[in-house]
Amino acid sequence: MDLLANLALGFQTAVSPMNLVYCLAGALIGTLIGVLPGIGPVQTLAILMPTTFTLPPVSALIMLSGIYYGAQYGGSTTSILVNVPGEASSVVTCLDGYQMALQGRAGAALTVSALGSFFAGCFATLVLAVLAVPLAEVAFKFGPAEYFSLMVFGLIGSIVLASGSTIKAVGMIILGLLLGMVGTDVTSGAQRFAFGIPELADGIGFVSLAMGLFGICDIINSLEKQEKRDILRSTFSRLWLTRRELKDSAPAVLRGTLCGSLLGILPGGGAILSSFTAYMLEKKTSRNPESFGKGNIRGVAAPEAANNAAAQTSFVPLLTLGIPPNVVLAMMAGAMMIHGVQPGPRVITSNPELFWGVIVSMWVGNVMLVLLNLPLIGIWVRLLSIPFRLLYPAILIFCSIGLYSVNNNTFDIGLTALCGLLGYIFHKLECEPAPLILGFILGPMMEENLRRCLLLARGDVSVFFTRPLSLAFLVLAAALLVVVALPAIRRGREKAFQES
Amino acid sequence: MHIRHPKDFLTGILFILFGAAAMAFATEYPIGSAAKMGPGYFPFALGGVLVLLGLAVLARSLLWASGANGWPTLRLLPVTLVLSSVVLFGLLLRPLGLVGATLVLVLICSRASSEFRWKEAVLNAGVLTLIVWVVFVYFLEFPVPVWPAWLARTFQELFSARPA
Repeated sequence: MDLLANLALGFQTAVSPMNLVYCLAGALIGTLIGVLPGIGPVQTLAILMPTTFTLPPVSALIMLSGIYYGAQYGGSTTSILVNVPGEASSVVTCLDGYQMALQGRAGAALTVSALGSFFAGCFATLVLAVLAVPLAEVAFKFGPAEYFSLMVFGLIGSIVLASGSTIKAVGMIILGLLLGMVGTDVTSGAQRFAFGIPELADGIGFVSLAMGLFGICDIINSLEKQEKRDILRSTFSRLWLTRRELKDSAPAVLRGTLCGSLLGILPGGGAILSSFTAYMLEKKTSRNPESFGKGNIRGVAAPEAANNAAAQTSFVPLLTLGIPPNVVLAMMAGAMMIHGVQPGPRVITSNPELFWGVIVSMWVGNVMLVLLNLPLIGIWVRLLSIPFRLLYPAILIFCSIGLYSVNNNTFDIGLTALCGLLGYIFHKLECEPAPLILGFILGPMMEENLRRCLLLARGDVSVFFTRPLSLAFLVLAAALLVVVALPAIRRGREKAFQES
Repeated sequence: MHIRHPKDFLTGILFILFGAAAMAFATEYPIGSAAKMGPGYFPFALGGVLVLLGLAVLARSLLWASGANGWPTLRLLPVTLVLSSVVLFGLLLRPLGLVGATLVLVLICSRASSEFRWKEAVLNAGVLTLIVWVVFVYFLEFPVPVWPAWLARTFQELFSARPA
C-alpha cells in the first residue's frame, strides 16, 4: 500500500492550485510551440527552459513535464494536419495521419491520437510509479564501477537512434563529454578549459548549449531549406470516432501502449524507437498490411500511444538511475540540475514530494491535454497558418531574452550563438547533436565515478570486468555497438530513416 | 589523394582538432595516475580517443567510402544574419535597452528569410517589440534597461522639469 500512500503524496503536490496552474501553463505553451512545424519537444524544452527558472523546483519540473507532453501532442497535430512532423517520433504519425486528413478524417485522427496518448499516459504513469521504488533500491547497491559501466551502456544506447555513421556518433559523445569538462573540476577545484573567462567557471551553460544546438540551429536550417508548406484547410466537423474506428483503434492503442512502455525504459529507447516499432508491429499483425500508409486508423493509434507511453516510462532510468535514456530526458536532467536536484536514486528518498509530485503531474498533464486540446484544435490549426517568416523572429527574441534572464548577463547570449554555429557545422557534416547532449550531461558524473572507482581499486582497471554487474553492462554496450555497426542493420536503419 | 567523402573528411579533421586541443590544454593541469587522477587525466584520455576516432573517420573518407557524397552546400545569408542578430542583441541590450535591441534583432534576422518584405518586417518588429514590452517590462518587471540611458535621462529631466 506504499504505492497508494506515495501517489497520494504526489496528488497533494501536483493538485495544489499553484502547481495545477503551472502544469496547465506548461501543457498549453508546450503545445503552442510544439505545434509550430519543425519544432519538437527538444527544441520546445530548449526554448522554454529559462521561463521555469524563477519557480521552485517542484513547480518548475511540473511545468517542464507539461511542456514536454504539450510539445509531443503539438507534434502529432502538425503531423496529421500539415504532414510536417515536429519531431522524429511523430514521423510515423504522418504516414497514416496525413492520409486520413486528406480523406477528411483529420478530426478522427486527432481524436484517436489524443485519446490514445491519454490512455497510454495513464498506463505508463502507473508503470513508472510501480517500477521506480524497486529500481531505485537496486541502484543504491551500485558502486562507482557499476555506475560508470551503466553510463557507458547508456551512452552507446543513444547511438542506436542516431542516423548515419556509428564512429561519428561515438565521436559526438566524446565531444559532449569534453564540453562537460569545462569549468571547475569538482574533485580538485581546478579550472579546466575556462581560459580565464569568469562566466565559464561554472561550465558551459546547459541552456546555451541546448538552445544553440537545437533551437537556433534548427531555425537556420529551416531558413536554408526555404520550404513552402501547403496548409491543409480540411474541414473536420466531426471529432468523434465512428463505432468501427473505435473498434479498430482500441486494441491498437493497447498494443502500442505496451510496446511503448517497455521500449521507453531501455537506454536509447524512448518515443522515437517505440513509435517506429509499434507501427511495424501493427503492420505485421494486420490482415491487410497494404492499407497502412493510406489512412489506416491503426497506423495513427498505435504509434501515438506508443510514443506517449515511452515518453513517460523513459523517466524511469532518469529518476531511478540518474541516466537520461534519450536527448529529451537529457534536457529534463539538465533542468533538474539547474534547480539543484541531482537526478538519481536519491531523489525518491530525499525529495519524495518532488518525485511523486512530478509523476502524478504527468497524469494530470495528460488529463489537461485531452480536456483542453481537443476543443482548442481550431486555434492550433489557425496558428499553423502563420507564416514561418513572421514566427522565427519571435522565437529568436524570446530565446534571447530568456537566455539573458538565466544569469542576467549577455555572455550566455553570445555563447548560444557560438553553439548555434557549432550546431550548424555539425548539421552540414551530418553529425547528430543528440549524443553530444547526452555526453555533456553525463560527463562530470562519469568522470567522478571513474575516479572514485579507480581510487578504490588502486588504479586497477580490471575492476570493471571482475564485478559481474559492471561486466554485464559493458558486454551489453559492446554488443549494442557491434549490432549498430553491422552493415545489414545499418542498411535497415538507414532505410527506416529515409522513409521518414 | 582523392577525397571520397568530403563531409566525413571534414568531420575527421574537426574531431582531430578538437581532440588535440583538449589534449594540449589538459596537459596544463595535473594529470596524476590512474589510481589518483588529476583534473587533466580524463580530458586527456577523452581527447586521445577523439583524435583516434577522427583519424578513423578521416581514413574512411579517403580510402573506402562509397556512394555519391558531395561537399556540404552552404547558404551563408541565413546563418550569418540569424547568428549576428542574436549576438547584436546581446551586445546592444545594455547600451540600447530592451526596446532598441529587440527592434534590431527582429529587423536583422527577418532579412534571412527568402520571403523577406520590408514593410512586413517593420510591422512585425513593431508588434513583437510591443509584445515584449507588455510581457517582460509591464508584467514580469524584467530587470533590464528598457530605453537607452541618454533617452531615459532626457525623459527624467523632462518629467522633473515639469512644474508639479
